[in-house]
Order: sequence, then structure tokens, then C-alpha cells
Amino acid sequence: MPKVSMTVNGKRVSANVDARTLLVQFLRDENRLTGTHVGCDTSQCGSCVVHVNGKAIKSCTTLALSCEGANVTTIEGLANGQDLHPMQAAFRTHHGLQCGFCTPGMIMSAIDMVNRLGFDLSEETIRHELEGNICRCTGYHNIVKAIQAGAAAMGGMKVAAE
Amino acid sequence: MYAFDFHRPSTLRQANSLVGKVADNKLLAGGQTLLPTMKQRLASPAAVIDLSGVPELVGIEQKGRNLVIGAMTTHAEVANSALLKGALPGLAALAGGIGDPHVRNRGTIGGSIANNDPAADYPGGLLALGATVVTNQRKISAADFFTGMFSTALDEGEIITKVVVPAGAKFAYAKFRNPASRYAMVGVAVAKKGAKVVVAVTGAGSDGVFRWADAEAALTKRFNAKALDGVKTPAAKGLNSDIHASAEYRSHLIGVMTKRAVTTASGK
Repeated sequence: MPKVSMTVNGKRVSANVDARTLLVQFLRDENRLTGTHVGCDTSQCGSCVVHVNGKAIKSCTTLALSCEGANVTTIEGLANGQDLHPMQAAFRTHHGLQCGFCTPGMIMSAIDMVNRLGFDLSEETIRHELEGNICRCTGYHNIVKAIQAGAAAMGGMKVAAE
Repeated sequence: MYAFDFHRPSTLRQANSLVGKVADNKLLAGGQTLLPTMKQRLASPAAVIDLSGVPELVGIEQKGRNLVIGAMTTHAEVANSALLKGALPGLAALAGGIGDPHVRNRGTIGGSIANNDPAADYPGGLLALGATVVTNQRKISAADFFTGMFSTALDEGEIITKVVVPAGAKFAYAKFRNPASRYAMVGVAVAKKGAKVVVAVTGAGSDGVFRWADAEAALTKRFNAKALDGVKTPAAKGLNSDIHASAEYRSHLIGVMTKRAVTTASGK
């Protein structure tokens, strides 16, 4: 079986994998990072979203072998020890989840949104940008609120750090 | 999906050699269609040749009067390209409307046109713009490239390397999305360069992208949405009819989306 190596949440990992191994299978089964979920397995729902080289992608529709040498960030890579990432904290504060299954993908998409579009996100922008993430519980309302607050908090964090 | 052998060349030269000698191979670009198709076992190549490690296939540049887009350039890169936003904003907007943000970070222009999904956005845009598809073997005009539903002029072992798009056209693409799948039920690309107007329709035709000659004739006389008043929309025969929309409805939508594209293209 071919070998694949990549950096996941700052740690070098490698394994021999069947060529058909998807990135999400590599993360969940090989590395026991089960925060990344498989919802639909047809690239519609977005619960498998992770960042590869800084860009949000659907890990159920990417081969692990295509990510050779890549830098991957999953939901497990966000918190600093016990301190939640501001976007995670905002989802908790604003109750941006019910069952929680879609939440890892929502949060990874939300951070990607901030990376691309900045800290001041309008409700309209957030709703449009969530096109690739499906939630079957909340009706999205609190997710949108959480992302808006999380984005602002990320901005504040940046200013404070400077 | 079924098992396959995997190859990941790092140069176009290696890719050329692999497509020639690996039996029953399939090229993998962004994989946003091929991987779901393989998961459903609708495709089961013996070998996959992944082009994502070939940097020379990525990038957007202006060469003389043409915009040259590498085959492995993602939809997100086309959508966000400062060069394209300035020179051909309608094409950047077209790419920015494909799929969702995550799909746009993986899906590529070369992969999309090689697949030629009848509801894909690029075929209409490239046909209207008079683009040229460049492969490892030859140059193919968009008019000759898209030959029918999921079929193209590509031969076995042929790799799309870039797409050459003439700059300087007034261009816009307007699509009516299926509310669930977000694919184009009807997408219309309109390009005006000099006196010449091309109207290309995607999503509606049962055999893929096609040109709408009557609209082109009317718009050549007067490039304004009003010029289409009274022009009969394409006959329902030959258009898709399914649970999402009847052929008659699609025919009507072609008229509506063409007007919207003309209005956007003319900047009014």
C-alpha cells in the first residue's frame, strides 16, 4: 500500500493506506480524530469540512493520497488546551447547535469565512457562505448569530495580540 | 469505491508518460465529480492519475489579448483572481457561483470541462467567449470541444493543460439554480465582442450546451434586453424535462435568463 505523510494539527503523521482512502477516513480511522464527521458522504452537507493548506475543503471528497505533504487543520486543532477558539466559544455562547453533528464543519467553515472575508460579516454574507453546510436541527438562526459574534471575537483577539 | 492503483506525477512530462502507459486510467483533477461517481461505483478505473501535484497546470495570466487559465486552477482561484475581475469579471462571477465554497476550493476548470456535465456552468461561458481548450496534443475550439452530454472531443491519453479565453468581450452568465441541488436548471452566457454576439445555453439542453441563434440575431441588431421581446424561445423539444422543471418551463427560463445576462453584460 502507498505511504502518505502530512501534518495534521501541527503534528507530522504518516501511514500506509489503500489508495481509495478518503481524507476523512485517514483522519478518523487512522488518526482517531473523530471530530470531523461524515454526514452525507456525497459532498453536500459539509460536516466533514477541514482546512487543507489553509483552505476549507470537504474531506469526504478528497483522497488522502492527494494530500501528500499538506498541512491539515481539523476541529481538534483549534482549541488552545482548555481554552476554546473564539469561534467555538461563540457557538457555545449563542447556542449555535442542537444535536451538534454538523458543528465541526460549521466551525471550520466559519473560520474559513473569516479568513477570506474579514471579521465584520453581515447576516446576508454568512447565510450565503453557508451554502455548503447543512444543519437539520437549528434552522440556522443561532449558527448565523454565533458566526457573526465569533468573527468579531476573532477580530478582537487579533487586535489585542498586536 | 473499488480499489485502484494511484499515481501522482509532479510534472506534465511525467503525467504525459503515465497516461500513455497505465492501462484503464482516469485523470483526477479536483475530484468533485469523479470521486462521488467512483463512490457510487458508476466509475471504476483500474488506475487514477492525480494531477494535483503538477504545479505547471495552475495559474492565471494575460498573454497578449488572451487570458490563459491553467487546467488545474480551482474555481475559487478563478473567482478571486484580480486579473480576471478586472479583465473579464463575468467569468470570475461564473466561477464564484459554482457549487459551494468548499467545492470551489477543490474543483478545477479543466476537470469541469472534461466532465461536461450538461448542467455545468463553464461550458456555456467558454462557448460564448470563443475560448480554446489546449491539451498535451492540440488546440480545440470550445465549439468543437463540447460534443454532447458528458462527452467531449478529448481522445484517450489527452490531458487538458490550459484554457485560452479572448479578453475584451462584454460578458455575463446568469443561471437559475435548482433550489435543492443548486445546479443550473438553466444557465445562459452572453458575450458581445465587436459586432458579434454569442448566446450559449447550459442546463436546459438534453445534449448539453447549445447556442441560441435567434437571440444572437436579435442582439446583434441591438444589444439590449428589450431586443429579445417577441423572440420565440427555443422549442421545448430537445430540452430537458424532469421532476424539477418541464421542457416548456426551461424554454421560458432561457428567455428570462438571457435578458438578465444581457443586462449585466451591458452594465445597465
